[in-house]
Amino acid sequence: MIQFQNIYKSFGKLEVLKGVSAGVDGGGITAILGPNGSGKTTLIKMLLGMVYPDKGEIMFNGKPIKKEWQYKNDISYLPQIARFPENLTVTELINLIKDIRGGTPNEQRLIDLFDLDSHLGKKIKHLSGGTKQKVNIVLAMMYDNPVIVLDEPSTGLDPIALVRLKDLVLEERAKGKNILITTHIMSLVEDLSDEILFLLEGKVYFRGTIPELKDFAGEDNLEKSIAHLLEHKHAENIKV
Amino acid sequence: MIRLVYILLIVLSFPVLADTHIVCSDCHIGKVSNAVDMSERGDTIIIKSGVYTESLIEIDKPLTIIGENFPKIKAKNGEKIFHIIGDSVTITGLEFMEVTRSFTEDRAAINIQGGDYISIINNRFTNTFFGIYIAKSIGTKVIDNRLISNNRIEMNSANAIHAWSSKKLTVENNYVEGHRDGLYFEFCDNSIIKNNHSYRNLRYGLHFMFSDNNKYKNNIFEENGAGVAVMYSHHIEMYKNQFLNNWGQSSYGLLLKEIKDSKIHYNLFKGNTKGIYGESAIRINIFHNDFVQNGWAMQMMGSSEQDTISHNNFIQNTFNVSTNQNAKNYNIYEKNYWSDYNGYDLDKDGIGDVPHRPVKFFSQVLGYTPEAIILLRSFFIELLNFIENIVPVLTPENLKDLQPMVKQIDNDTVSKHI
Amino acid sequence: MLKILKYSFYDLLRSKWTLIYFLFFLLITQGLLYITGDEAKTIVGLLNVVVILCPLIATVFGTVNFYNSREFTELLLAQPLKRRDIFIGQYLGMTLSLSIGYFLGVLIPFVIHSITYTVDYSVLSILLFVGVFLTFIFSALSFLISLITDNKIKGFGLSILTWLLLALVYDGMQLFLLSMLDNYPLEKISLVMTFLNPIDLSRVMLMLKLDMSALLGYTGAVFNKFFGSSFGYAISLSALLIWTVIPVYFINRISMKKDF
Ligand SMILES: Nc1ncnc2c1ncn2[C@@H]1O[C@H](COP(=O)(O)OP(=O)(O)OP(=O)(O)O)[C@@H](O)[C@H]1O
Ligand SMILES: [Mg+2]
Repeated sequence: MIQFQNIYKSFGKLEVLKGVSAGVDGGGITAILGPNGSGKTTLIKMLLGMVYPDKGEIMFNGKPIKKEWQYKNDISYLPQIARFPENLTVTELINLIKDIRGGTPNEQRLIDLFDLDSHLGKKIKHLSGGTKQKVNIVLAMMYDNPVIVLDEPSTGLDPIALVRLKDLVLEERAKGKNILITTHIMSLVEDLSDEILFLLEGKVYFRGTIPELKDFAGEDNLEKSIAHLLEHKHAENIKV
Repeated sequence: MIRLVYILLIVLSFPVLADTHIVCSDCHIGKVSNAVDMSERGDTIIIKSGVYTESLIEIDKPLTIIGENFPKIKAKNGEKIFHIIGDSVTITGLEFMEVTRSFTEDRAAINIQGGDYISIINNRFTNTFFGIYIAKSIGTKVIDNRLISNNRIEMNSANAIHAWSSKKLTVENNYVEGHRDGLYFEFCDNSIIKNNHSYRNLRYGLHFMFSDNNKYKNNIFEENGAGVAVMYSHHIEMYKNQFLNNWGQSSYGLLLKEIKDSKIHYNLFKGNTKGIYGESAIRINIFHNDFVQNGWAMQMMGSSEQDTISHNNFIQNTFNVSTNQNAKNYNIYEKNYWSDYNGYDLDKDGIGDVPHRPVKFFSQVLGYTPEAIILLRSFFIELLNFIENIVPVLTPENLKDLQPMVKQIDNDTVSKHI
Repeated sequence: MLKILKYSFYDLLRSKWTLIYFLFFLLITQGLLYITGDEAKTIVGLLNVVVILCPLIATVFGTVNFYNSREFTELLLAQPLKRRDIFIGQYLGMTLSLSIGYFLGVLIPFVIHSITYTVDYSVLSILLFVGVFLTFIFSALSFLISLITDNKIKGFGLSILTWLLLALVYDGMQLFLLSMLDNYPLEKISLVMTFLNPIDLSRVMLMLKLDMSALLGYTGAVFNKFFGSSFGYAISLSALLIWTVIPVYFINRISMKKDF
């Protein structure tokens, strides 16, 4: 469904991605992991056509996405930093997206799920950080799309909301969707991900399931495994 | 001796002796020239309406020639028609036509050579080369004539009313259009030029040189090639004239050159490229005039001195005053109304408490770089004007109206009615 | 694109900016008409305001608005939309709301004035027209600058600098050049220079209606002949149009390549 083919990207002198290749297909949740600044968000934004690769190509449903935009109709995207027109109310914002995208979204279910009813009339700039993130989630998830991309979905959420988010994601996985997720919360990775894509120094340093990762690192705990990967990053035995 | 001459004159022109001759195409006199030849001193010739083709008619005695319903007098072979060398000739009610261009002689429909006290009244001149040519004449009157030509090229055209070396002329109520100069005076003194309308002439609406002690009143000079030129003369009075829309590359309402001791009062200058352009204009009183919407209201070159500019209205001119001096000014500007004055009058005496500087920095710049006109009204220029106003560099420090009027002055020019 | 245009447009109509812009021109025009009581004088007074302030306000506002609506832009970028529609839509929404503010601000006092006096709509229409064009041009320039510069302060500075350059420095340079080069066909040089600056071009187009007499002087006549002819006017209009199209073209081009 999604193919990253030998992607290179640098911002000025900073080389962020140096030949990333990966494919996602057949449903399930892929967690994109990596230290801060490793290029996770960059990679995701490329999929959304917000950042352009210097080299390499991204395929969606077998077609290159370059200069295309219709394919985005099939993607639900949750940006890492929720940035909305600050003067709109929540309802206006939801309506704005509905107006632009068209179709028949189901926002009410999500509004109920995250108890947003009482906030609908408020302006975005008056919302708390977590509430804003909830709105962010509603906007992303209200469409029923085959691909879901979540960039740090847990930011600012309280434990109850986090649990509901997990349930929501699992529910979507059950429908056979392809889900990409980045996060630094290891419990979330353990609970959700079928597969891990570990970015390090601009490359895919590791690709596999959690047990495979533990195996690879020689640790029995995911957190430690990750730490191990980071400490031994000089190691050349990259497994893809 | 003088008495004797008078008596002689009266006897000679005694009405009993006068005869009347009628000219018409099927009368027994069919040509004007025949009638003139047959006439005695003081006779009257009446020309019935019709078309008469005449070759040169010389008049050497007092005669009165009257046209009925404007008979058309055509010049045979395009030559001049009347050549007047006698005195006291009156010509009225004729229409002159087809006097053609000549490069060798000053061909005119009516050519006065030395005859005095001639009256040319209420005639029409259509496409005549010169209309009326007056030389060495005294006391001649040119009144109520219409002279219209449709010339396009200055070189091929001549003047409507042309006077040379004459005295005590009266030129009044004439309409002149489409000639080289509308009115032309050279070496003509003590004359009165009033109520004339000079329109769309190729060079000057009025052109005079070396002509002193003349009065110009109530004339309209409109849309002429270069406006009105007044040169090498003194004791001129110009009252209540209108200088309108004289536009052109080097056009002015009124050009003053080597003029002394003259008065320019109650005139209206409107829509001219330059209202008044003065070069060596000395001891001129410019009072109570209205300058409205000219490019430059007044351009006074450094050679113009001891002039007084007072009680004039300067209204919406692009530039009010410009000069080529930048150090000192030898003219007096006082008690004028400047529509762009932005001082105040705290004591309410009608006179602004802050002097007004009518010369803008930019108009001085244009003296050096005329092409910069394209920057007119730009922010940059306005800024420079503002700075110059505070710290004069290019403009004469003492060129200012110390008593600017805060209200428009009622000058009773016709501007109110336009 | 229309949807985006609509959103930006309404967003701005609701914000105080357009209202302030509208009220500003309303007050100035009404004030001038009231003080001078004369429509021609008012237009002369408005000339500098329009030719200088329309670009300045469009510049400042364009920059501020672009940086402020960055969130909206990013939100839109993730949606299934063409990039061109996002940027051109936003540009048009902004510049249209400003233009309408300006247009009505100047027009309304004149319409009220015309109840009791006659108004010469030929000069007024050029004034309105030129102001709208300048709004379009300078919104586009500031939009473009903001697009190139991510740093808000830098972008703002650059926009103001562009305005300063075209509104002030350019004319200073032109004057300097004209007074230095004495033996060249200066009319042609200044004609070309005028065309290269939309502010100058707008000013000259208005000036031709207001300072006819001065422009018919010796050199002015050359300009007058050129701009006064319908050919010259057509060329001037095309030049303003080109001045609008070029920055919009670059907005499109650069937005196509930019990372967000
Ligand atoms: N538009 C941009 N211009 C310049 N540098 C950028 C830009 N976007 C990202 N970067 C840089 O690229 C690098 C990768 O950023 P990215 O946001 O992809 O990291 P990340 O893996 O998502 O990090 P985090 O875990 O903190 O979210 C960072 O160093 C960042 O500063
Ligand atoms: Mg990130």
